[in-house]
Amino acid sequence: MEMKPLTRLILGLVCLLVAIWLVAPTLVVVPMSFNENKSLAFPPQGFSWQWYQNFATNPEWSTSFLNSLKVASLVAVLATVLGTLAAFGLDRMKARPANLLRMLMLTPMVVPGVVLAIGIYAVYLDAQLVGTLTGFVLAHTILALPFVLIAVSANLEVFDRRLETAAASLGAGALTTFRTVTLPLILPGILSGLLFAFATSFDEIVVSLFITNPYLKTLPVQIFSSITRDADPTVAAVGTILLFATTILIGGGMLLLGRERKGRV
Amino acid sequence: MNPRAENRGAAIDLDTVSKAYGSFKALDGVSLRIEPGEFMTLLGPSGSGKTTTLNVIAGFTDVTSGQLLVGGKSVVGVPAHKRNIGVVFQHYALFPHMTVGRNVAYPLTLRGIAQDERKKRVAKALDMVKMGDFAHRYPSELSGGQQQRVALARAIVFDPPLLLMDEPLGALDKKLREWLQLEIKRIHRELGTTFVYVTHDQEEALVLSDRIAVFNRGCIEQVGTGRQLYDEPATLFVGRFIGDSTVLRGEAKSDGTGTALTVAGETVIAPRRLAGEVHPVMLLRPEKLAIRRPGQDAAGTNRLSGTIAEAIYLGSGSKYEVKLGDGSTAIVRSPLAGESFGLGEKVELCFDGADAKLLPDDSTADTTLT
Repeated sequence: MEMKPLTRLILGLVCLLVAIWLVAPTLVVVPMSFNENKSLAFPPQGFSWQWYQNFATNPEWSTSFLNSLKVASLVAVLATVLGTLAAFGLDRMKARPANLLRMLMLTPMVVPGVVLAIGIYAVYLDAQLVGTLTGFVLAHTILALPFVLIAVSANLEVFDRRLETAAASLGAGALTTFRTVTLPLILPGILSGLLFAFATSFDEIVVSLFITNPYLKTLPVQIFSSITRDADPTVAAVGTILLFATTILIGGGMLLLGRERKGRV
Repeated sequence: MNPRAENRGAAIDLDTVSKAYGSFKALDGVSLRIEPGEFMTLLGPSGSGKTTTLNVIAGFTDVTSGQLLVGGKSVVGVPAHKRNIGVVFQHYALFPHMTVGRNVAYPLTLRGIAQDERKKRVAKALDMVKMGDFAHRYPSELSGGQQQRVALARAIVFDPPLLLMDEPLGALDKKLREWLQLEIKRIHRELGTTFVYVTHDQEEALVLSDRIAVFNRGCIEQVGTGRQLYDEPATLFVGRFIGDSTVLRGEAKSDGTGTALTVAGETVIAPRRLAGEVHPVMLLRPEKLAIRRPGQDAAGTNRLSGTIAEAIYLGSGSKYEVKLGDGSTAIVRSPLAGESFGLGEKVELCFDGADAKLLPDDSTADTTLT
């Protein structure tokens, strides 16, 4: 059906408004990061790179950034392995117990973060895991696992298991079949699970605030404590860097997936 | 008869093989010998056990009891990937992330065959199914018939002594199916391996097979060539499943010379009798029945009256469905040169009693056919 020009104009305007509303708060940090003065005022005054310099040179910032990278990388690997195995197990179980187990494993997505944080904190105090790398990785893995489980399960659902039967008839044992047929076909799900797991850990703040200590801070914790202490525009600089990094990461991922799909269809 | 490549096929022996799912018996004591290089079709309606038999031979399904020999060796308990049997599935089952060439090379790679040799054999297999130009395509770029030909190449490229096919043409349209049937026949001749083919389409079975095993309710009803099954069906089920047929039921009387059957007041006689205390029915093939207007001279010894319920023009002749006095339907084929009849017209059917096949009645034959 052909749209009237006026209808089209109004629709376009509404879309633009919604887009601005969604993106503007994020984009505000970009000009703020170039502020000349040590304030988070908007609109900013003057132009300078000093806050980016500060991020790179101040050990408080660079250490927390490296900590976050380390934790998020370990979480991404651990959660992807565990989540993929779980998705497989659930896919090949009887429906009823599988659904129960699946719900159980997805609870970290539903339970309020604070509640989870209190619980983890209480356990970590006894286990002496507060402020440790192990503590962060374990806690974040709990939170990241559901994302991997969902992504891989979605792929397994459309995976044709009869291909495994065909592979067996051609001489492939269970492991070879998994490596050469199943894994390549569910790889998009595993990779997107990996990305989600990394992102979940990298910007996790609630649980992190509870289990952090002065010796081990992740970037979100550092941002939070910095902004509650003083109005340091380094926060805006970090925000801008993260904004572009994630845009490139996700955009690149989508481009790769799109190309792969085009190659096949 | 056929110019065949040297006989490289494996023999298969099924000895009282049973498969039970809980209390349901998918296979109930099936015994069957398939000769090396033979084209054997397992024919039957859905749920008759033909696919279960195929899955048992392939190793996808364990037997509950019984013995299974492939090439003289027991394969009970041997997993599917160690049986070296080619399988073609109805749903093609090509790996979507591999090109045609890599799909066909897959079983060779698993067997550690060197790249040069692999390339040669992939090319040869693809040529055999006339897909040589498609090695670099992905399965999703091919039509159903092309995909199935690639699947066939993949199943024969590693020279298995036995090829199993599970309704491989079931998802294709009629024209393509008929052409691929001839292709499969040619490939069987060229390879000389044993083919076991599952179908519910009796015409397909007749076109392809050396012998046909007719399955019903987890058992084999009869094994034989197409001609044997058509001319000498062992059971009413086989008679009705293979080809068109008319079944006459009625009050039966047997004596030393033959059997008389009274159908809605008219009596027909066949010069044979069945042994034992069974209720006999007569089975007649369409070409054994003559159709004519009432009152003309009798051509056969037996006559039955009825009305034309359906007249179908076939090109080479006509096919009539005639409603008999007891409400059952007779199927008659008449040559083009003969008289033609209109719907609702009263006719007489004549046949020679010697052409009537006497079989024990089996009420289950009707219900399992649909």
